[in-house]
Amino acid sequence: MSNWTRACGTDDIDNEDVIPVAIDGHDYAVYRSPDDDYFATDGHCTHEAFLLAEGLVMDNIIECPKHNGRFDYTTGEGKGAPICEDLRTYPVKVEGGSVYIDLG
Amino acid sequence: MAATGNVERIVVVGTGECGARVARELRERGFAGAITMIGDEPHTTYERPPLSKSALISDEISPVEVLPVARLAEFDVELMSGTAVESVDRDRMLAVLSDGGEVPYDRLLLATGARARTLPIAGGEFALTLRTIDDARALRAQLGPGRSVTVIGAGLIGLEVAASARQLGCDVTVLEVAPRALGRALPAEMADVLVKRHAEEGVEVLCGVVPTGISRLDGGLAVGVEGFDQPITADVVIAGIGVTPNVELAQAAGLRCENGIAVNDRLRTDDPAIFAAGDCCSFPHPLYGGRRIRLESWRNAHDQAVVAAANMLDGDEQHAAVPWFWSDQYDVGLQHAGLADEAGSAVVRDSGNGSQIRFALALDGRLVAASGVGTGTSTAKDIRVAEMLIAAGNRPDPEVLADASASLKELIKS
Ligand SMILES: Cc1cc2nc3c(=O)[nH]c(=O)nc-3n(C[C@H](O)[C@H](O)[C@H](O)COP(=O)(O)OP(=O)(O)OC[C@H]3O[C@@H](n4cnc5c(N)ncnc54)[C@H](O)[C@@H]3O)c2cc1C
Ligand code: FES
Repeated sequence: MSNWTRACGTDDIDNEDVIPVAIDGHDYAVYRSPDDDYFATDGHCTHEAFLLAEGLVMDNIIECPKHNGRFDYTTGEGKGAPICEDLRTYPVKVEGGSVYIDLG
Repeated sequence: MAATGNVERIVVVGTGECGARVARELRERGFAGAITMIGDEPHTTYERPPLSKSALISDEISPVEVLPVARLAEFDVELMSGTAVESVDRDRMLAVLSDGGEVPYDRLLLATGARARTLPIAGGEFALTLRTIDDARALRAQLGPGRSVTVIGAGLIGLEVAASARQLGCDVTVLEVAPRALGRALPAEMADVLVKRHAEEGVEVLCGVVPTGISRLDGGLAVGVEGFDQPITADVVIAGIGVTPNVELAQAAGLRCENGIAVNDRLRTDDPAIFAAGDCCSFPHPLYGGRRIRLESWRNAHDQAVVAAANMLDGDEQHAAVPWFWSDQYDVGLQHAGLADEAGSAVVRDSGNGSQIRFALALDGRLVAASGVGTGTSTAKDIRVAEMLIAAGNRPDPEVLADASASLKELIKS
């Protein structure tokens, strides 16, 4: 079942950047790629659960701000140590200047 | 991929951060031969940084594994824990174990790390130290509301332990011999920010104080201090006075040691089959004029693991990563990139809310170091960018560095 929920406005995120979004007590990270596509993942790193949203986004990679663990935020794939577990991703759609996440 | 036809057996001594990372890296690079990791601690691979921070303030200290056991199996890595390598027979290319066993190698990695230095004063054995998960459990058992704790050494570990003990409700005093805290790790201005935070939390950091001895007193301990009429009494005394690299194995095998097992910028020792990486090795750093340094940081253990793995497989990678470390004290996060001692001038970027970054520029304008403090990971992104600028030998415009509203990320692109 889909459960589309508004996360933020499209302009709330700079190009090639990420913001934190909390919905019903759950933390998400919402990304805007260099091509202005939007993506969403769980908000916490799979290494030691620090929040990802203060990390550096470059191309399709988010680097965890704590110990620089890397993920491809478009797929959630962990890119090497210290990451041992991939990051959960969520479907995203853009409508009328808003970014929606499918919380499933 | 480089030819690795003659490398079939790789033995890793030390199952810490670096050893575990090497095993993973070897497999990720497609190495299909045997990997044996031998470690004297009776545990699987675990991370040390939480031991003075998040884990120490939890009720039960559980390990954060570097390579979860399931991963070790998946990577087909043989882990021999609770086993010390006693000697290395270089002629026969064998690691000789404490139980008399012999493990042959084609390539040997020494990732033996470092051990906590003990206090060289009378009664120094009464002071606890913190390096292993067993040390952390023993220390945790001594901490709790109302317990008095004296920490000797205002370095990173000492101050992290002080913060954690305080968060557990202990009364904490920190004694430092040097004129200021964190002298080895950070510029004075950044150290001051942390020391001020400790003061706000009620932790006193006394510098220029020389402990002369520790003795038992009324069920607790008394620390004698030069020039003090009375000893400082405490329930618990902890020494955080640095570490000694574990070089004895290498030394006994006739390998050169200079403040660590001496390797070249490929992390190879003078024996072409033997490499060393992590806290135990000293290496020439190409970004800093080829100066031989030794680092004691988590990230260095990982970065060197990657290079050592490549070169054990007959690659030719230079280790040139920018030194980087972090520390957590209370809710303050510190991150530091680079080596500051080449610095000519400093630029401060103040983002408000207690977040600030101090950049160190060499005389020729190159960025050589950056330290940031702030709540949590608030300075992380900028420090990461600084790290890339340092690696590139970039000469950033000091005005951009100082302007908190200017994006540093633009500097990498320009
Ligand atoms: C409490 C604590 C907090 C820390 N916090 C931070 C931090 O916040 N940020 C940061 O950057 N760094 C931090 N560090 C430093 C970081 O943990 C180390 O740099 C890192 O562990 C180095 O990894 P290593 O594999 O080189 O050595 P180690 O992790 O020390 O592992 C070496 C292993 O080899 C074993 N060994 C030695 N000799 C033999 C032998 N002959 N046979 C078999 N086994 C042997 C040792 O027992 C040990 O298990 C911290 C360290 C400690 C102790
Ligand atoms: S918490 Fe993200 S890399 Fe460690």
